[in-house]
Amino acid sequence: MQADKPQPARRKRKTFDWPTAVLIAIVVSAAAYVFWRDGAARFFDVIWSDADLFVWMLPNVLAGCLIAALVTILLPRDTVSRWVGRDSGLKGILISAGAGIIVPGGPFTIYPIAAAFLGMGADVAAVVTLITSWTTIGMSRALVWELPFLGFDFVLWRWLAALPLAILAGLIVRAIERYWRAGAKP
Amino acid sequence: MIDVIVTAALWIIVAALALGVARRSTPLLRESTKEGSVEFLRLVPRMAIGVLGSGFIAAALPQDFVVAWLGSSSGVLGIALAGFAGAMTPGGPVVGFAIAAAALKGGAGAPQVIAYSTAWALYAFPRLLTYEVPILPARVVWLRVIASLPLPFIAAWLAMLLGKP
Repeated sequence: MQADKPQPARRKRKTFDWPTAVLIAIVVSAAAYVFWRDGAARFFDVIWSDADLFVWMLPNVLAGCLIAALVTILLPRDTVSRWVGRDSGLKGILISAGAGIIVPGGPFTIYPIAAAFLGMGADVAAVVTLITSWTTIGMSRALVWELPFLGFDFVLWRWLAALPLAILAGLIVRAIERYWRAGAKP
Repeated sequence: MIDVIVTAALWIIVAALALGVARRSTPLLRESTKEGSVEFLRLVPRMAIGVLGSGFIAAALPQDFVVAWLGSSSGVLGIALAGFAGAMTPGGPVVGFAIAAAALKGGAGAPQVIAYSTAWALYAFPRLLTYEVPILPARVVWLRVIASLPLPFIAAWLAMLLGKP
């Protein structure tokens, strides 16, 4: 293994980043609104139920991060870039769409894995395809959450209608990137 | 119950992968476990903000309003409204499907419900805040959001082509 394993993504480690700042602004205004409209009791109610959710999430997120780190080691870098790299074309997008259907778990697994793949040289289009496939036609989601609410016929119908979406999303990202690269970017 | 099964399944996967890495080399296992844990610790404060945020947005948004939107909607405008409502719907995996089911029973058009649940699956604002923004580079998030814009409409249109179940 190479000495420089760029673990999840090539994100800059800044102390202040604007997504977090926007996040905090949204949270503070929503919280202020709830406090103003519903009073302190409801306000603390929300905090307690959130704390509960948060604690439940932690072991899953830790598992997701570990899975991502371990998969990074087990999957050779050149395999990833050959399968889903920049030059993988339609094949890369199809592989990602297929992977999204079968990847188990929740957002706590898919996003760390997506970030790890990016760090290993996977194409952005392939990563977007993976996430889109997982959210729209992922098996675990459809079977565990959707089926009990909407019934088999509706779920199958929705699933079929959503089948091409992930591939489309990947192709759109490819088109945008090509446009960018052809444009101002040196 | 299902939560426990999911968590257990995840940790079984972790164990299997760890075994695979350990067979290659033990220091490598120690190294990668540390890497994963450090990444996790880095995510925790940002996730806390996201969870808190989605909870408060959920509380700020009245659910009957969302259902009413879907129930009264029709045509392309209805699909657009449903898609927007889906993107804004907060809560865990259950809320979106629960509202979709309620809207379907309440007489909302099936393509609208498809648009709703597709937009919700693609965007679900709280999931975006809690997981995607903290974990992925901003550029990837933006590209995904832009590329996903037409998808709820395409799903609704395809659903109409396929005909009602």
